[in-house]
Amino acid sequence: MAIPISYNIRSVLRRPWSTLATAVGIGLVVAILVLALALANGFQQSLVATGSAQNALVMRTGADSELTSGIDRGGVSILRGLTDVAVGPAGRPLVTSDMVVLINQERTGGKGSSNVTVRGVDRDGMILREKVKIVSGRMFEPGAAELVIGTRIATRFVGFGLGDQVRLGQRAFTVVGIFAAGGTAFESEAWGDVAILSPVLRGGGYSSVTFRMKDPARFAALKKELEADPRLGVQVQREDTYYANQSQGLATTIRVAGVFIVLIMAVGAIFAAMNTMFAAVGARTREIATLLTLGFGPFAVMTSFVLESVIVALVGGVVGCLLALPVNGMATSTTNFATFSEIAFAFQITPPILLAGLIFALGLGVVGGILPAWKASRLPLAAAMRGL
Amino acid sequence: MNFATLVLANLGRNKVRTILTTLSIFVALFLFCSVRAVTDTLQDTINVGNESRLITRNKTSLVFPLPMGHLERIRALPGVTAVTWSNWFGGTDPVDTRSFFAQFAIDAKTYLPMYDSDLAIVDASPAPGVSAPAGMDPRLAAFMNERTAAIIGEGLMKKKGWKLGQTIRINGTIYPGSWLFVIRAVYRPKVKGLDDMTMYFHWDYLYENSNRQADVGVFSLELADPNRAGQIIKTVDAVFENSPAPTRTETERAFQAGFVSMMGNIPFVVRVLGGAIAFAILLVAMNTMMAAIRERTSEFGVLKTLGFSDAYLFALVLAEAALITLGGGVAGALFARFLVASGKVALPFFPPMSVHWETVFTGIGLAAFMGAVSGLVPAWQTARLRIVDALRRVA
Repeated sequence: MAIPISYNIRSVLRRPWSTLATAVGIGLVVAILVLALALANGFQQSLVATGSAQNALVMRTGADSELTSGIDRGGVSILRGLTDVAVGPAGRPLVTSDMVVLINQERTGGKGSSNVTVRGVDRDGMILREKVKIVSGRMFEPGAAELVIGTRIATRFVGFGLGDQVRLGQRAFTVVGIFAAGGTAFESEAWGDVAILSPVLRGGGYSSVTFRMKDPARFAALKKELEADPRLGVQVQREDTYYANQSQGLATTIRVAGVFIVLIMAVGAIFAAMNTMFAAVGARTREIATLLTLGFGPFAVMTSFVLESVIVALVGGVVGCLLALPVNGMATSTTNFATFSEIAFAFQITPPILLAGLIFALGLGVVGGILPAWKASRLPLAAAMRGL
Repeated sequence: MNFATLVLANLGRNKVRTILTTLSIFVALFLFCSVRAVTDTLQDTINVGNESRLITRNKTSLVFPLPMGHLERIRALPGVTAVTWSNWFGGTDPVDTRSFFAQFAIDAKTYLPMYDSDLAIVDASPAPGVSAPAGMDPRLAAFMNERTAAIIGEGLMKKKGWKLGQTIRINGTIYPGSWLFVIRAVYRPKVKGLDDMTMYFHWDYLYENSNRQADVGVFSLELADPNRAGQIIKTVDAVFENSPAPTRTETERAFQAGFVSMMGNIPFVVRVLGGAIAFAILLVAMNTMMAAIRERTSEFGVLKTLGFSDAYLFALVLAEAALITLGGGVAGALFARFLVASGKVALPFFPPMSVHWETVFTGIGLAAFMGAVSGLVPAWQTARLRIVDALRRVA
């Protein structure tokens, strides 16, 4: 016969302070696990969402990022003329030939400097990136020395405010607008007309060509054709694959480091949970002996005490999730060494991450409770009754 | 029965609890120190930069090259004793494209003498009949006389399982194509914080095999007098201000610090994390310790009845708490220092990790503080305890 769970809940409530201390300890471990996962997730989401599976991204063979890629004018015009390029509402092909460079910009508040991606784009091709929306000011005019700045870097760097001048190469560019792009990596970039930026920064060359595929299902065949074309010397990826790959390195580092830290912390938390449970078992020797005498089997006693440990741990899990929640949406930034440029992103806590936190807490409760529970189930009856 | 025996007897009273508490403090301090290793290592990275060397790069950003034409003009500046240059190659190993390592094209005959203070050659191919230029490590003869030769870091050799004399293939990302190199020497960093996962090769090879497309990534300048660095920085940048490639010059240390500042908020996040970890586990440990002492109230009553003074009992309780926290803390902090320093812990994109002694001492200080806090309250309560109350109290 099982011991009713209300017995455990009442027992836990009878020692509120020690329960709280154990729960907070476990809670902090869970909070850090949730935060590490949320950080990796936020970073990955912002990059993955940047690309679309319907777009093909063309770079030079061997290039691992747009920064190291280069495509000449000839290649660009071949790609722009492909019959596989979808046609937009105004009858124009949905294609953009981009130029990507990094500029070193001072951070606001004297916190050093970092590399910011400057992207020259075709104004016509902008429709490819539906998420891009001007939130203040206006879009750059084709042919003008103007820039629009992503929301996430507009306030993080010096000289990126509306009306500011940015000196690139030998020309001054005016910031005329701030744009949002649905939390994607584009929000950490500065955009201008490729026809103006490319001669100034890249001697007229291009970095990549991105186009909407008329038939995304034909991607594999298209990839084969283009990569075999001796005039081009290019590699073709789906845009979302490219961005997912860019996020791999840093996201994995955050996850591995986070889980490593959490696992070691968990060892500490288990010691603490064991201490509390041993103390609980010690204090309730007579009670346990009574239960055993009444006919509850050793297994029932053991389950009951593991359950009690799990209850405390789950309280801790909930505390941990609550502690971590306010950080959701908080933005931070770092350099993604896969692209060598600044990327700002937000902690993103999702239900699966919270669930992982709770399951982890549950695990801590079981592991921490099992030894004390075993000890409880093995109490020598006669001695325990006398309270020795 | 003296003081020490009493403390030990008390610790042995509930062995499981003593061991668990000590272990949790051990874990707390181990983690505190290992997490701080990240920021400590970043600090080392900055210190790698030499104050007597300047780095000149393109003003717009590091990814833009500088023309070779700048070389002679920099070399001619008063106060500059030597100039060398290097270029980021940015290749990937086709065997394992995921694992990243740095490759630099260097002008070996000027670069290696300037960086002699940083790199030690530990192994090299024999080269009968040829010799290295005067003033260089004679073992570099084979490297110096072969266009495709490379010098590889000890750590990278081990990680990749490469052998001296082996031909390796690297795919260029910036300079397209498949490049072959022959490993002719192995280096070991002489400076703490410098990594041993880098490959150096001849800039001439890069220049010729890239259809003469390669320029200079950065110039390194050696100064006659480091105290004049500020002035020389201004002079260099002024010379090229109106050229097609304006420059930005800074000390090597400031240049390195620039990479660290690129990490953004991450070091801050790491510090907060370290603090949170220490706090979480120590909180729990403190709670246990307080409970352990509360449980023995009646025992302390007996001791008082026997004539032990209030001060003696105060010291007794405090000593017990301090022994647990300091024992666990010192062991945890030292374990972290030696484990991390052994090089078994490595993060991608990161130089070899280390834990500074400052961190170890901060950690031990933290443990001592927690010992004091967790011991003081019960110690004070014990000292103030009235015998009647203590003996009446039911544990």
